[in-house]
Parts: sequence; C-alpha cells; structure tokens
Amino acid sequence: MTEFEPQIIAFCCNWCTYAAADLAGTSRVHYPPNVRIVRVMCSGMVNPIYVLKAFESGADGVLVAGCHLADCHYIDGPVKCDATVDKLRKVLHVLGLEDERLRREMVAASEGVLFARIIKEMVEQLKKIGPSPFKAKTEALA
Amino acid sequence: MNLEDIIQKTKTYYCLECGKCTSICPVARYDPSFSPRMMIENALLGFEDELVLNKSLFSCLTCYNCQQKCPSDVDFPVFIREARSIAQDNGQYGICAHSGQLQSLARLMTSPAIKQKRLQWLSKEYRVSENSDVLLWVGCAPYFEPIFEDIQFSALDITKASLKTLNLLGIEPKLLPDEKCCGHDALWTGDIETFRKLAEYNAAQIKEAGIKKIIFSCPEGYRTFKLDYPNYVSLNCELQHISELLAEKIGENGLKLKEIKKKVTYQDPCRLGRHLCVYDAPRKVLGAIPGIELVEMRHSGLESICCGTSAFTNCDSYSNMLRAERLSEAVETGAEMLITACPKCQTHFRCAMVDKGEEHRPTPKIEVMDLANLVANAIEEGGNTIK
Repeated sequence: MTEFEPQIIAFCCNWCTYAAADLAGTSRVHYPPNVRIVRVMCSGMVNPIYVLKAFESGADGVLVAGCHLADCHYIDGPVKCDATVDKLRKVLHVLGLEDERLRREMVAASEGVLFARIIKEMVEQLKKIGPSPFKAKTEALA
Repeated sequence: MNLEDIIQKTKTYYCLECGKCTSICPVARYDPSFSPRMMIENALLGFEDELVLNKSLFSCLTCYNCQQKCPSDVDFPVFIREARSIAQDNGQYGICAHSGQLQSLARLMTSPAIKQKRLQWLSKEYRVSENSDVLLWVGCAPYFEPIFEDIQFSALDITKASLKTLNLLGIEPKLLPDEKCCGHDALWTGDIETFRKLAEYNAAQIKEAGIKKIIFSCPEGYRTFKLDYPNYVSLNCELQHISELLAEKIGENGLKLKEIKKKVTYQDPCRLGRHLCVYDAPRKVLGAIPGIELVEMRHSGLESICCGTSAFTNCDSYSNMLRAERLSEAVETGAEMLITACPKCQTHFRCAMVDKGEEHRPTPKIEVMDLANLVANAIEEGGNTIK
C-alpha cells in the first residue's frame, strides 16, 4: 500500500506569502508537493466558507497565510484573518476536526525558507494524523 | 420529482389565481417582484425555467401565512421546497447568509467518520442520565455558539436553560454525544440528499439509544422530526417542544416560580405556530409566571409575522425591513421584552438590532429572550432545591 499523501490547500496573500512561495521556488528551497496554493489578494478576505469548501472537497489540511500584522497592504487584513480563523477553529472543534488541520501563519515576502518549513511540518503532522474525516463523504460521492 | 409531480402533490392545480397568497405574503409587501401567485401560475403554465431559475424562489420564508388564507388549500411552502430541489439540480442556489457556512456544516456532518465534540459545555451542575429514555435534542446550538458570538447570541444558553428546567421538573434526560444536524435547512433549501443522509443517521442513533421521547428547544427540529422524518425514516418516539412540556408540568411538582415583574410580548415562531399549531402552550407558560403581563402584538397567533429569514437563505434588505417592522410592532405594545420560542428568531432579531438603521428611521430596540430562559430565571430565583 502506498503511503498516505495529504492534500493541503493554502490560501496565500498576494503580497507576502505568495511571493514567499515564489521565493522558495526561485531560491530552490525544496518543500513537499502536497500543497495547492490559492492566491488571494489579502488574508483578510479569506471567508470561512473557503476553508469549509476546501474540507468538503476532500482537503486534509488548510493553511491560511498572509502578511505580518504591520505589513498588510490593506492596513488590517491580518487582524480580520485572525478573527475569522479563530471563529472557524471553534466551529471545526465542535465538528471534531483535529486542530492541526487548519493552520494560520504569517509569512513575509522575504521568508521563502519559512514557507517551505511550514509546508514540510504540516505534511509531517498530517501524515501522522491521517486522512481527513470528511474524505469518507467525498469518496462515497465519487 | 419533476414539476408535474409537485403540482399533483401540493394540489397546485386548485389555484383560483385569487392572489390572496400574494397579498398576505410578508415578503411581497416589501419586495414587489416577489409574487407567490405568479410562481404558481408559471408552474401551471409549464414555464419551469421562469420558476426555478428565478432567484426569488429562495426568498420565500415558508412561513405558511399564504396557506392559511388560500381558499383552495394549496400547500405553497411545500411547493416551494420541492421547486427548490429542482433548482438545485439545475445548479441554482439561494444566496446563503453567513456565506453558506451553516449549509456547508450540514453537508460536512453527513460524513460518517467524524467524531463531534458537541457536549463540552456540559458541566456538573446539569444532571443527565445515560439510561434515560427521554432525549433532549441539542441540535445546532454548539455550532451557533461561535458563529453568532458577535451578535451576543448564545444558543447554548437556551439549551442549558431547558436542561436546568427539566432537571428541576425531575427529568434527567439523555444527551446524544454524536447527534447531527436535523437537516431542516438542507431540506428547505432543496438539498434532499443531505437531508436524507442526516435523517437516516439520526434515526439510527435514536433507535440504538432506545429513546422513547424527544424534547426540543428548537421548533425547527421539532417540525422536521414530526412532519418530515416520517417521509424518510421510521421513528417511534413521542415528540414534544419544551413549551408544551412546561405547559403540562408547570404548577405540578410543587415548582415555585418567582415573581418577575415584566410586561412581555410573544413572537410565534412560524415552525411552532402555523406549521405545528402550538399557540397556547407558550402563552400558558408565560401566564403561569407571576408578575408577567403578556401583551399581544398587532399580528399574533395565526397571523403572526415571520422574523424575516428562513433556512439562512436570501437574507436581504427586504428581510431586514420585515424584521424592523416586527420589532416596531413589539415596541408599540409597550412591552419590555420580546419572548420567542425559537433560537433562530432570536438570531435574526438580534442581528437586525446590531444594524442601527437609518438616521430618520432607526431600528427599534427591545430585549429579546427565549421562553426557556425566562422560565429558568423564574425557577432559579424561586429558591427551588434540586430534588
């Protein structure tokens, strides 16, 4: 049996984390290919439904990453993002989802190495806890 | 089910085109483009696309006001519900409030592998029994808790109050650790598949736990179990809303209620009122609390107006106007408090009051409370000792 390969959806802010992912690529820093990056203009625009939809579609983990608090292109995006993710975390907790599956990070445009490390860490953690409980539903539908 | 079947099922062909439905419809009063009569006519003329591809299909509150006035007894809300399932098959969805989170949660819950942590609020002061054959249905309350914290609404408070009241009445109910959404919203937005899965799962859980009686603190769950589950699953349980139980038991057991000197008015939830015809029980409970003076709003009982949104779909400016109207009716009575028996009514009213309204027409303000909370307060301060 092949090893379980988790699928991660990463919502990355256009100005910082997306650029960081780019930097990781251009500086040839390796990270596992389990992540699908969705570029959003600001981490503050990530709506709870984006994350829920990702889980509904069978993602094993979701990463929401954007600028540091003072770096935001739109002044207070990360503050909004924190509030959204905190609320969502409580909802997902009731649903019985492991906390590791939703991760919130702040990665600046210069932190390509950090981005690679986060993805590596996340993949390791997800491999340990196994596939998302919502997968059962998606597979039954397919 | 195709359009023809729906027409047969809801006896739409009896429509006389008298337009009473549209004139009583609370949505049509604010939204001139919304017309139940036209929807029925489109269906009868076979203009399926006009009906199901129209966004206003999801604006109907399914509040049953129209059916009360219909001389031909056309079941318009069920007609709408079935038409919505055709619309979903065609990729048309309503505009879901709260970005569709609540609908998404219901879909996620259909997964058999999840292990919910829905009873973490349960503390030692409440007594529940593993062996009881009476179930208190908690429903969506643990999910509403974080979602609606910014409008200062706590659905769990209603559950806690119900549980406390049951304890004081000498009932130690069972709580299921892994019950799922009753599927009300999924059903009424046309997502029959999700509803069926949830219903089957819940029915199996309840059967396995050997439950004989279920008590609801939410009229939507009550309605769904009573009227919709029998079409999909078999469930041999007695069902009761907390207000019905209280109306039966209040005055018995030597339960002392403390005086609460307040003038209150009561909002009939559509699901409890017109759907299930429970009007007297909540009023009897209010009457039994000493000091409570009940004043009725202009529209009450059978004629009462919906709180403005149903199944968290198509919540728009018209819904908000409707809520403001209902709130001003409540304020006009001179009541200090608006009592409801449905957590969702409370969500919608509280949400409307967060919006301050326009300068020349501010949103009316009134304290909103659930019946279960009011009763729990009356008991709590009455110095009853837990037997």
